[in-house]
Amino acid sequence: MKQKTMFEKIWDAHVVRSEAGKPAILYIDLHLVHEVTSAQAFDGLRMTGRKVRRPNLTVATMDHNVPTTDRSAPIKDPISKKQMDVLAANCMEFGIPLFDLHHKLQGVVHIIGPELGLSQPGMTIVCGDSHTATHGAMGALAFGIGTSEVEHVLATQCLQQLKPKTMRINVQGSLPTGVTAKDMILSIIGRIGTDGATGYAVEYTGEAMRNLSMEGRMTVCNMSIEAGARAGMVAPDETTFAYLKGKPYAPKGADWDEAVNKWKMLATDPGAEFDTTVEIDVSRLEPYVTWGTNPGQVAPISGRVPDPETFANETDRRAAKAALEYMGLVPGTPINEVKVDRVFIGSCTNGRIEDLRAASKIVKGRKVSPNVSAIVVPGSGEVKRQAEAEGLDRIFIASGMEWREAGCSMCLGMNPDILQPGERCASTSNRNFEGRQGKGGRTHLVSPEMAAAAAITGHLTDVRQL
Amino acid sequence: MEPFVKITGIVAPLDRANVDTDQIIPKQFLKRVERTGFGEFLFYDWRYQSDGKTPNPDFVLNFPQYAGASILVAAKNFGSGSSREHAPWALMDYGFRAILAPSFADIFYNNCFKNGLLPIKLPEETIRTIMDNAVNQRGFELTIDLENNRIMDKKGFVVEFDVNPFRRYCLLNGLDDIGLTLQHSDDIAAYESKRPTWMCGITL
Ligand code: SF4
Repeated sequence: MKQKTMFEKIWDAHVVRSEAGKPAILYIDLHLVHEVTSAQAFDGLRMTGRKVRRPNLTVATMDHNVPTTDRSAPIKDPISKKQMDVLAANCMEFGIPLFDLHHKLQGVVHIIGPELGLSQPGMTIVCGDSHTATHGAMGALAFGIGTSEVEHVLATQCLQQLKPKTMRINVQGSLPTGVTAKDMILSIIGRIGTDGATGYAVEYTGEAMRNLSMEGRMTVCNMSIEAGARAGMVAPDETTFAYLKGKPYAPKGADWDEAVNKWKMLATDPGAEFDTTVEIDVSRLEPYVTWGTNPGQVAPISGRVPDPETFANETDRRAAKAALEYMGLVPGTPINEVKVDRVFIGSCTNGRIEDLRAASKIVKGRKVSPNVSAIVVPGSGEVKRQAEAEGLDRIFIASGMEWREAGCSMCLGMNPDILQPGERCASTSNRNFEGRQGKGGRTHLVSPEMAAAAAITGHLTDVRQL
Repeated sequence: MEPFVKITGIVAPLDRANVDTDQIIPKQFLKRVERTGFGEFLFYDWRYQSDGKTPNPDFVLNFPQYAGASILVAAKNFGSGSSREHAPWALMDYGFRAILAPSFADIFYNNCFKNGLLPIKLPEETIRTIMDNAVNQRGFELTIDLENNRIMDKKGFVVEFDVNPFRRYCLLNGLDDIGLTLQHSDDIAAYESKRPTWMCGITL
């Protein structure tokens, strides 16, 4: 039999129907829904008199708009409130389970999927959100879709898909101390570019990936989309099974054993071929930060702001020039001299418990610089409770950071947490696009440890030298 | 979905790479729960001055010669970033029917087809030529003929383009792909009957 990649195994196992020259009809095991990209899809169903085929393979949460301050107060922004109300009404009408604002398991959609054991190896998982690739860390085929496709999945529990190509990113070496999964993925995007993986489903392999925790793998898979890949995945192994075991929605008892046996078969067969392979060695990697306005514009912390004139092609030169102008940076400036006004620790990239533990270790016993305001936003209600049980909240508060309720928050600033024009932020999120965190706001993407270090010193700082 | 067969229209040049969806339609406008009305917010941060109302005279879509443009030409990796379908909705609502670029981000590319907006990938040099013509020739128009996979101008410039035949067929006929999938409900049910029971239901 032909040797298959993990992607091919999962794909083949989900083809409901395929005809030459047409997209395959692919079955979807788990459909995650949130308030921003679903309203028009439910409207479409109503307009055509269609039903949700499998409400029980669908889970909704509220995350993008939710306030991260006192939840007992009424929501101030009437449009945000409307969007959440519309989601609640749609879930009620179509019988879809919903973690609403006040549910104790509420959180960012890509945090709660794995954390509750909803996202499992071998599944096809979709959500109207580009960072759905996060769930690929479980060994699933997970990708973001648009609202028309959300409607398609609601109505049919399937999607029409053209098969992407496969890319293997083989990450060798062991990460130096103080260098994290976030630095790894930032350096990968810097190397292959923001469109380097467009058209591909990526599988991450290699010693460095194997050694990452599930949280770290999720951080890497999460940002696959920033390199253009729709899906990023890691073969499930003992780390995966240990993470999933006992999670509320993971299989139990005999089902668990049967599931694990199936999951063990998912790994790419030895000798299976990928369309492209990229080799990376991370044994000398440094912490990475972005200096520009896309996640591929990165530099090591010991580096300098680049001179656009040194870029080989005209398009990149122009992009770098525009980025530096927007970012208010001068070529040649040492990266670690760039001052910050704000720090954001959170998001579906780095809002998990391990991220908060790592950041808290850096700030413990230290004070946030008087010129910086810093917020810590747990990725979910579960993460928040766990962090509080471990006393992390008190460490953050004692250092002068704010401790918030779960949500997307300043990752995209659809709620009140935004940067003011010209403000500069060290952020653990995934996008440094112009205006992403607020009009005129300037974002530097970093790891949680690096964000914490910047909060203490008031400028981008090599956490290993703190 | 509105079918796309053949259009002729003014070409507006947006000479930027990596135009991301946050730029195409900033998040503060994602809160509308309808599909319509996004056109006035298209490229909001570039199109208006800091008061959010006064048009920015330096932004290309505000140049009088591009009023009414229905074709946008841009540099590589157009539509990167978020999955928001609000991006094609905004482009359509503004009046665009086709986007020409050397490359597109996957989700955006996919979303366009679901809405009757045609994204066309062309070689970098061809895009450069079209961009230059749109900048230098006032009222520069192209005709896009999807039936024949061809783009033409009035002076004899012709290029062919590639698009997946099935997507092309859906676009030409304005087909609803949900309807197409639903024709195979039996296959879906047969597939479902074979799924393991432990994957069959979430209750809170
Ligand atoms: S945390 Fe940011 S990237 Fe993640 S789902 Fe929320 S808005 Fe999107």
